[in-house]
Amino acid sequence: MSNKRYWKGHAELNPTAEFKQSVEAEFPENAKVEELLGNANIGDTSSNRRDFLKFLGFSTAAATLAACETPVNRAIPYLNKPEEITPGVANWYASTFYDSNDYASILVKVREGRPIKIEGNKISNVTKGGINSRVNSSVLGLYDSGRAKGAEAAGRQITWDTLDKEVKEKLAAIAAKGGKIRFLTSTIISPSTKAILAQFKAKYPTTEVVTYDPISYSGIINANQASFGKAVVPDYYFEKAKVVVSFGADFLNTWLSGVKFAKAYGVTRNPKNKAMSRHFQFETALSLTGSNADIRVSLKASQINKAVVNLYNEIAKKAGASSLPSGSTEGDKAIAKAANELWENKGNTIVVAGSNDPSVQTVVNGINALLGNYGNTIDLDNYLNIRQGDDTKVIALLNEMKAGGISALFVQGVNPAYTLSGFADAVSKVELSVSFADRADETGSLTKYLAPSNHYLESWDDAEPKVGQYSLTQPTIAPLFKTRQFQDSLIAWADLGGDYHSFLKSTWQTTLQPKSTEGFGAEEFWVRSLQGGVFETPALAATAATNVADLNAAAAKATKDNGGNTELVIYVKTGLGDGNQANNPWLQEFPDPISKLTWDNYVAMAVSDMKKLGLTWFEKGDNWEQADVVSVTVNGKTVKLPAIPQPGQKPGTISIALGYGRTKAGKTGNGIGVNAFDLVSTSGGFFDYQNLNVSVTKTGEQYPVAATQTHHTLMGRDMVKETILTDYIKDPKSGNPDLFIQTTNHGKQAPTKVNLWDDHPNDRGHRWGMTIDLNSCIGCGSCVTSCTSENNVAVVGKDEVRRSREMHWIRIDRYYTSAMTEERAEKEGVGAIDKFLAMEDAEENPSVVFQPLMCQHCNHAPCETVCPVAATTHSNEGLNQMTYNRCIGTRYCANNCPYKVRRFNYFKYFDNEQFPFNFNDDLAKMVINPDVTVRSRGVMEKCSMCVHRIQSGKLRAKKESRKVTDGEITTACQSACPTNAISFGDLNDAETNVAKSSKDERGYHMLEEIGIQPNVWYLTKVRNRTKEENEA
Amino acid sequence: MANHESTVREPLILGDKTWHQITEDISFPVEGKANKWWWIVFSISALTALYGIGCLAYTIGTGIGTWGANKTVGWAWDITNFVWWVGIGHAGTLISAILLLFRQKWRMSINRSAEAMTIFAVICAAIFVTMHTGRPWLDYWLFPLPNQFGSLWVNFNSPLMWDVFAVTTYFTISLVFWYSGLIPDFGTIRDRAQMQGKPLRRKIYNILSFGWSGNARAWHRFEELALVLAGLSTPLVLSVHTIVSMDFATSIVPGWHTTIFPPYFVAGAIFSGFAMVLTLLLIARKTLNLEAYITINHVESMNKVITLTGSIVGVAYLTELFISWYSGVEYEQYAFINRATGPYWWAYASMMTCNVVTPQLFWFKSVRRSLIATFIISIFVNIGMWFERFVIIVTSLHRDYVPSSWLIYHPSFVDIGIFIGTNGIFFTLFLLFCRTFPVIAIAEIKSILKSSGSQYKK
Repeated sequence: MSNKRYWKGHAELNPTAEFKQSVEAEFPENAKVEELLGNANIGDTSSNRRDFLKFLGFSTAAATLAACETPVNRAIPYLNKPEEITPGVANWYASTFYDSNDYASILVKVREGRPIKIEGNKISNVTKGGINSRVNSSVLGLYDSGRAKGAEAAGRQITWDTLDKEVKEKLAAIAAKGGKIRFLTSTIISPSTKAILAQFKAKYPTTEVVTYDPISYSGIINANQASFGKAVVPDYYFEKAKVVVSFGADFLNTWLSGVKFAKAYGVTRNPKNKAMSRHFQFETALSLTGSNADIRVSLKASQINKAVVNLYNEIAKKAGASSLPSGSTEGDKAIAKAANELWENKGNTIVVAGSNDPSVQTVVNGINALLGNYGNTIDLDNYLNIRQGDDTKVIALLNEMKAGGISALFVQGVNPAYTLSGFADAVSKVELSVSFADRADETGSLTKYLAPSNHYLESWDDAEPKVGQYSLTQPTIAPLFKTRQFQDSLIAWADLGGDYHSFLKSTWQTTLQPKSTEGFGAEEFWVRSLQGGVFETPALAATAATNVADLNAAAAKATKDNGGNTELVIYVKTGLGDGNQANNPWLQEFPDPISKLTWDNYVAMAVSDMKKLGLTWFEKGDNWEQADVVSVTVNGKTVKLPAIPQPGQKPGTISIALGYGRTKAGKTGNGIGVNAFDLVSTSGGFFDYQNLNVSVTKTGEQYPVAATQTHHTLMGRDMVKETILTDYIKDPKSGNPDLFIQTTNHGKQAPTKVNLWDDHPNDRGHRWGMTIDLNSCIGCGSCVTSCTSENNVAVVGKDEVRRSREMHWIRIDRYYTSAMTEERAEKEGVGAIDKFLAMEDAEENPSVVFQPLMCQHCNHAPCETVCPVAATTHSNEGLNQMTYNRCIGTRYCANNCPYKVRRFNYFKYFDNEQFPFNFNDDLAKMVINPDVTVRSRGVMEKCSMCVHRIQSGKLRAKKESRKVTDGEITTACQSACPTNAISFGDLNDAETNVAKSSKDERGYHMLEEIGIQPNVWYLTKVRNRTKEENEA
Repeated sequence: MANHESTVREPLILGDKTWHQITEDISFPVEGKANKWWWIVFSISALTALYGIGCLAYTIGTGIGTWGANKTVGWAWDITNFVWWVGIGHAGTLISAILLLFRQKWRMSINRSAEAMTIFAVICAAIFVTMHTGRPWLDYWLFPLPNQFGSLWVNFNSPLMWDVFAVTTYFTISLVFWYSGLIPDFGTIRDRAQMQGKPLRRKIYNILSFGWSGNARAWHRFEELALVLAGLSTPLVLSVHTIVSMDFATSIVPGWHTTIFPPYFVAGAIFSGFAMVLTLLLIARKTLNLEAYITINHVESMNKVITLTGSIVGVAYLTELFISWYSGVEYEQYAFINRATGPYWWAYASMMTCNVVTPQLFWFKSVRRSLIATFIISIFVNIGMWFERFVIIVTSLHRDYVPSSWLIYHPSFVDIGIFIGTNGIFFTLFLLFCRTFPVIAIAEIKSILKSSGSQYKK
């Protein structure tokens, strides 16, 4: 404090009594109104009515004028600019995402110190640059204001020092009396974390780590132990597989490592090679993987296990092995066909099953062993680490806790109070319970202490998702709250000294640097690993394996249950996974790739079953998106959920998604849907995600559901062109014949030649274009969330989605085939009205196509001509651009857009309490991409083809005095696509990927016949089916 | 004008009126006090108008999201109502301009109120067209105003731009035509106010009449102006709805992209306009005691126009169906099959019944000379024409090219509120008009007394 005194005048420096009085009187705080008004002589004062009106007028005018000033928002520049930050230029850091469900090596885009976007790291050999919607949405989780702001004890904030002191005291007491200390963690793939845990155990020897995967793969691990003596999850090389048979495993999406498998699968689906893999899917509910299969057979859950054994028997017949006990199923014909093809391609096939029953997995191992797949397409030596859960130990721990046998429990990375029935009771019997959850979630609010761990974008960590393949997680922002990462807490409590960062660095430098063949010094090795994000050692030689398990017993066990009238399958949904990101509005509003529903889980049923129960649903508009509610009773537990018709769902079965029904996820995720983990039972020490006998009854209630697509068939239109592989090999233009328009005077003409307008000059400079390979697209929707995050797309909430006003700039249209076709109508003489009515219904087991759709940037754009104020115009680089500032919102452009890709801001979606999502939260606003305007109310918006990325790429090239190179500029959807279905680039440069693929024989413009000349091409989908299979 | 007329023709003025009686009859509502019924109807109309204005305020404050539109159906009740109201306005122009040029004397007793209706209907239409934008406070950007936003200019390719010109021109000309016709009658009321000792009224009507002197030169100029304005208005009868129809016809939406739209829309507009004129005048002639001037003969003439235009509209509907089939374009074909049999079949059926079937009843003389039947059918036509626009706009949009975006549209309470509100505004204005302006052109009707008055036909 300074003693200096500043004064404004002599009077203030040396105040007289008079001056003091006048100062006090200047702004009287307690004006004595009563005294004033009570004055008998008040009428004598000189103020009169006119004066009063003058004062009134003056103060009103003054207040009005004062209100006119616009609020000033100041941007504060850096006083000392950090060396690595240039305002306006993004920094990219390599990191790793692993949340016990998904693993991805990623790049984090950081602007002015804020991570704002996640993209795939192409250097990684594990995920090869692939990401999915859960990974690229995770950046919003960082700015979740629902996260814990600091350490808590029984719901009240405490300091970390207090927490450390109390936990250490209790640990010491427990250790002294030999009480059991348990860690209940998600799968830990970090070698350094494992080392820390080992050191913790050295300090507290009664410590055990129990690994728990809420979505368990324990059955596979157990089966591999039984079959081959290796308790691991093998790696599957789909890129080598010529025939893939999956029994309910959604391997392109949520099974094990969907990102990795989708990338590999995509390699085998390129018809240019004149060969494609064959994919059989036997499943109960329609999964994303099933909808991409060449042959999909829907079977009841109880029959799937028999089908697995039947496949074994078919293969065994060919291999000369003895057959196993089984029963017949509806899918036996397809099984026989699959067996033939598998046998023909022995050694280059993969058979997988989604079941968590080790006996089923043992039979699957038997099949793969007979086919000689081990050592080639299935690798037990370079196995995956990403699932290590042991159900038996989790169940045992739960029982021990209930019995009061556990003294301390540390919960990390899982939320057992949500996912594990009975945990809430059990944890109350534990003396010391600590959760490392990032918020007081279901578990964190039950444990005695909450030691919130950092978000992964604030953390140091490493990962070994697969043997010998390492990657690093590095912080991209300082912790936003007073959180401390899990490992640092352990270091503190076990008095290990130092921090996790230095521990991690020294671990890498001591254990991994010697494995490096590049000869870098310790420091350089660390820096380079950090920069690239990954360190990969050569793979071990994969060996073949011989099955030693008792297959007879396994088959007998797997097929003993014949199922009831209605069977339940509990599955993992693309958007929410196991529900750990339930508070993420991007993922809640992300339409499910199959059902296209948002903001809820539901009971998916076959249409025939719904009719049997007398259920109505929202389709065809007779009922405005209201679904009938059913109650499902499973083992005495009842849940009520809306019933949704799902083509492809086997009649006699229902399916319910996990990940919903969170109660303490945060303001967005709470109370959305119903928790299906309650319905997960245990069978033989393993979590069982199906139940073969449940009852479903109509409740008579109705429930509003929000779908982004309510019409599901193509109505005989050729928006999506498809062909079969044999036809494609014969004629690459099959399924995509050239289109002509009959004109009066010039005969048949290509649609581009029939023209009202002058062409835009587009032969000079850049001309941006895109191709989308419908054959590669698996419909996963990674592009949708990537676009949302890149382009500041508003979340509008369930009510507005119900009013069909979702704002997504890119959507994936999903169509089912209908039993009625043009050909059939013609053959059977069905009239047009009946034909179209019948076409609206999907088949019971339909073929599925996905079509990503964003603004097609038409060269003769119908939106451009109709805008009265010229707010949407054509750029000289071929883009259709939207000038938000000029838009007055007539919505004519959207009406006139044949693709219906324009989105209107019906409300103000930011700073508006009506939309309590990321645009209305000061913290979550930090995820906004500063390169893209947040659109205001009343303006139209749409895909810009990431024009800001184009611009920055062009500027970079210009600064370096060179041409823009192909692949340098990517759009957000393209970079997020795990199967590389999207190409983007300059069409005027003949060497670019997009220029070449646009000339592919499969290339076509959607709605080419209306002559609007889009800059986006689609490539015909090719199915690897025979003609008979395709028509069946 | 002609002063001889065959005695076979029915008289256009009944009750053996003298010139003075005509003045008395028509001035009575303006000079007298309003009765109970006027106040009741006025209160209801004004309250509805207020509710509509409230809904508009809510829309401006909150956003177009308060309406029912969605990603696929961007226009619905807003543009339906706009087209409906503009259409209603057409009768006034047709009566005042085309019938004047064709020297149809029966127009004399209905042109004033029909023109007033035009003005009020266009005001209602303007409400929709200005308020349907996302940012109505920027609507002035629709005008090609010199500005400082750089080289920003409007897009003259856009039919919405043409609409702006068409509707503003239409409104201006109609207003001038209507007002100039009122001038001599304002003079009459002013002069009567002088004699009745009402100085305030005299002053007001003196201003309104622009100091009408009533001398021969004034009359001469008055008649010339009427002819010039009639000449200017005549193309507008055709052009306004032609251009409104181009909002749809120049688009690529199946069901909109149709060359038949201009004539079809113009016929529809006259059709709905006459129906609205009938609805209003059948009430007005009764309540204002104007049966002697708005005779059954007038009603019948208008019903004939309705039958003609209704039949044109019916043919247009059938032509559309035929052309969609004949075109061989699957999207067009589906658009019309869907219109008739899809989720909005009921709207299509209402449109067909109200617009095509009911007016055909006017082929029976007893029906077209029945006031009750006329009133009911005129209401049917009003409803039918509203559905026509709804069918064109909503059923074309809700299922266009890409089936994934096919949707059902549901109006919100605000949509309904604003529509009802504009009806309130329309009736409020009309009721005020009845009480303050002579509802029949006094000067003009007098000009046909000697040729078409009942006493001269005996």
